[in-house]
Amino acid sequence: MEASKVKELITAGLAVSHVEVEDTTGTGDHFNAVVVSDDFKELSLVDQHQLVYRTLGNYLTNEIHALQLKTYSKSAWEKTKLEV
Amino acid sequence: MKEQIINDIDNNPIILYMKGTKEMPMCGFSNSVVQVLNHYGVEYKDVNVLSDPTIRVKLSEYSGWPTIPQLFVNGKLIGGADITMELHNNGELLDILDNTKGD
Repeated sequence: MEASKVKELITAGLAVSHVEVEDTTGTGDHFNAVVVSDDFKELSLVDQHQLVYRTLGNYLTNEIHALQLKTYSKSAWEKTKLEV
Repeated sequence: MKEQIINDIDNNPIILYMKGTKEMPMCGFSNSVVQVLNHYGVEYKDVNVLSDPTIRVKLSEYSGWPTIPQLFVNGKLIGGADITMELHNNGELLDILDNTKGD
């Protein structure tokens, strides 16, 4: 699966303000993703990741074997950029 | 099998579903959680999902979490490797694990 397809699925399933998806192995099944959405506000990390997993449905574990995930609310994301 | 999983999660303050065993992890993500737990020196039960494919299916049905590893503390899903690392780095994991002591 292409990284762009993963990005498309996440964008379609969630009100995101920013998404980055990278194919970490070049084999189309291991991805690294950063997802920024205000839907994450007040949610635990488990619930935030669940929201992203849900957008990928059965692709996850079938075509996608690993997804390293970083989730941020909009304000938390802005803060990480200030730290850099 | 599902009863066994629920029982294990309820009866073990810290339980890690992983690929391989804590002595010999078979996946980098499982290994990273093992390393973190070993770092805190806590007792935990490990369950090797590779030993029986049914475990993985039933576990994900129960937890709603699609991938392995899965770390449970006091019956609650803490997360997979990314979340465990993040909670380790921001110090929250120490508090979570501290809550398993003395009860």
